[in-house]
Amino acid sequence: MIWLYIALVFVVAAAAAWMFRFILVSALPRQGSLLMSSMPLTASFGLLMILCYVVLAVFSPVFAPYGEAEVFDKFNALPGDDPRFLLGTDQIGRDLLTRLIYGGRNTIGIAFVTTVLAFLLGAMMGFLAATVGGWLDQLLSRTVDALMAIPQLIFALLLITIFGQSTINMILVIAVLDSTRVFRLARAVAVNIVVMDYIEAAQLRGERLPYLIFREILPNATAPLIAEFGLRFCFVFLLIASLSFLGLGIQPPLADWGTMVRDLSQFINFASFDLLIASLPLMPAGAIALLTVSVNFVVDWMLHKSSGLKE
Amino acid sequence: MTDQELLIKIRGLKIEGRSEDTWNEIVHGVDLDLHRGEVMGLIGESGAGKSTIGLAAMGFTRDGCRISDGTIEFDGIDLRNASAGVKRGLLGKRIAYVAQSAAASFNPAHRLIDQHTEAPMIHGVSSTKESQEDAMALYERLRLPDPENIGFRYPHQVSGGQLQRAMTAMAMSCRPDLIIFDEPTTALDVTTQIEVLAAIRDIVEQFNTAAIYITHDLAVVAQMADTIKVLLKGDEVEAADTRTMLSAPKEDYTKSLWAVRSFSPPPKPPVPSGETPVISVNNVSAAYGVVPVLFDVNFNIYRGRTVAVVGESGSGKSTTARCITGLLPPTKGQILADGEPLPANYRKRNREQLRQAQMIYQMADTALNPKVRISEIIGRPVQFYTGLTGNDRRKRVEALLEQIELDPADYYNRLPTELSGGQKQRIGIARALAAEPKFIICDEVTSALDQLVAEGILKLLDKLQRDLDLAYMFITHDLATVRSIADEVVVMKQGKVVEQGEKEQMFQPPHHPYTDLLLSSVPEMDPDWLTNLLKERGVENLGDAAAARI
Repeated sequence: MIWLYIALVFVVAAAAAWMFRFILVSALPRQGSLLMSSMPLTASFGLLMILCYVVLAVFSPVFAPYGEAEVFDKFNALPGDDPRFLLGTDQIGRDLLTRLIYGGRNTIGIAFVTTVLAFLLGAMMGFLAATVGGWLDQLLSRTVDALMAIPQLIFALLLITIFGQSTINMILVIAVLDSTRVFRLARAVAVNIVVMDYIEAAQLRGERLPYLIFREILPNATAPLIAEFGLRFCFVFLLIASLSFLGLGIQPPLADWGTMVRDLSQFINFASFDLLIASLPLMPAGAIALLTVSVNFVVDWMLHKSSGLKE
Repeated sequence: MTDQELLIKIRGLKIEGRSEDTWNEIVHGVDLDLHRGEVMGLIGESGAGKSTIGLAAMGFTRDGCRISDGTIEFDGIDLRNASAGVKRGLLGKRIAYVAQSAAASFNPAHRLIDQHTEAPMIHGVSSTKESQEDAMALYERLRLPDPENIGFRYPHQVSGGQLQRAMTAMAMSCRPDLIIFDEPTTALDVTTQIEVLAAIRDIVEQFNTAAIYITHDLAVVAQMADTIKVLLKGDEVEAADTRTMLSAPKEDYTKSLWAVRSFSPPPKPPVPSGETPVISVNNVSAAYGVVPVLFDVNFNIYRGRTVAVVGESGSGKSTTARCITGLLPPTKGQILADGEPLPANYRKRNREQLRQAQMIYQMADTALNPKVRISEIIGRPVQFYTGLTGNDRRKRVEALLEQIELDPADYYNRLPTELSGGQKQRIGIARALAAEPKFIICDEVTSALDQLVAEGILKLLDKLQRDLDLAYMFITHDLATVRSIADEVVVMKQGKVVEQGEKEQMFQPPHHPYTDLLLSSVPEMDPDWLTNLLKERGVENLGDAAAARI
């Protein structure tokens, strides 16, 4: 029986992905349509899912049946118990579907901002280190080494505890910690570009650093950076979920998936008695997993494209 | 040779290559017969399909290629339809392959002799010990120094020429019937090339091995091959035995290939006395870190003249250029531009000083940013140095494109990846011209190009020099190029200038012994050249040839 469901999910997902690709191919102008027709079904599925998440996140108030922090008199309702609450309610009587939709908005939004910040910082520093070289490269690289030597989650916990818990602080701390990874990649990519003759030609022309970085190096480094952006986004997203799960991330009454998993986690113990109850914490966890997998599908495809491999 | 039995028989070979999702034919029905002990030269420009055909003779195609039609028979075995197992039994044992870059083809993590013994062991020809002894014998026969021990070195511990010979020895390890040589000496200096050529010829004769020798260098093929097949865009142009082919080529294309080496512009008037040189290199010494690489280099370059700097790799030619451009500040001495000393480091030079000296690079692929359009590649220096913007800038770029004989309407918006090698090199020239310089450094600008294309570039450079009164510093190891375009020659060896002077005087004896060695090492079209040269140097034995290097 369960296998039938899984098979059904697969078929529906594949069909949706195929439909989505078909629509994209026919709707986009020539160049985009060519690109899309070479897209594998996995990437198409990933793209479709990401699109759904983005729409849900942007228009949360439209889709959510109730307000984010609205509390009802019926708590711990199971899915199907009450027609008013499609997915049931939590321990203090908030509608789970509403929380799930708003949670997506907060988690994805914050993760996105954090990743963008991490990339701006990391890529800039990485390019700078590779282009200028010498002591600046040593200084930046060794600092980054030192930061990377400390386990990220523990370091993040420590820093947030020091600077005090707030959303801004969390964004900044994670952005800085994650920028070290971006720095490594950006520097590695740029080091290979900097030795090219066209960079030497530009240097001998007397071009200044900003031109070198933005006009000569950046265009050649975008493909790996975009691919990395997708991966980083997932990691940041998971890190925020972990922090929230530990109580240091996004604070109530703001909804977010990590906190939801934590709040509902004890229900997993009921799995041997009632699968429906045990599935409650799996809903936000599944939302996290689905987005992560979707982003990775798309990133895989982009990596494949940028590496120039043909089959 | 033809009385010997037929080894390779290829009929109507067609090969297709895939670009994006369509298959295009790149070899259009070529026939090829090779007898036992015969050496066939395959020549042609890049894209002629010579490597593809060479590989097909082993029953192999590169990724993205497939054999679409024709038959390939090796000693009666149908290679095209042979199973992987049958091919595995043949390759390495009866058919061997020597690649262009031995440095890239050896596994850097294993010793030479371990890589040598691998094939005989796998094919069960001999035991490790036997094949090790055989390897030493082959090394000796190929005149590698210290044949007993050289095999126990790693690839990075021997020189390029030695590596190429070790690779030939490896190909010989199972005494194959056929060896495919794919441009084995293209990456080597002329003096090293001689040793490798003589070694290859020697060993192929000794074991009566058949060989297919792929190259774009006619003079080389003239020394090596019994017969020559000329290819153009996947078609055979003509085939004949070497002497006939050299003395009486039939087709126009072949004649044009033969004619390339004869480009010689009219001589220029002598430099008026008392003129200040555009660039003068004064007692320059330089070092990489603590290793000194240049010693007291002196020469002047005058307006409208070309100074060719020649020498083997490692002789300090490019280092001198780096000193002039300011990328490597000299430890001693000075660079003067128009009599004024230039700051040693390019970062300290002002825009005007930077504008005066421009550079054209050897590898056009890495010299042009692949993500930047032609309009910007040329437009940026125009804007940067002359301050032109908008429509003025566009007009200037178009004028420059016309100057390098590319149609502006077609090329203005292209990316470098959409150009051929010769066109890329032209864009590199236009970028240098955009600065309106007085002096251009040309660093091996033609060595990566086919001969016909290279000739076009040389003609263009010569025309530009006459129109714009440019001074060139022409770095090259190709003496044919020097002969055609240089006014003055500077010969360098191990960071020192060993001889310098006017071209006519340089190509007349008496020479400095090193210049003599360089000059006499340039292969000539005469098929007896190598034999005569070795005799002249008094070295039947090549171990002495290495020793004879001064």
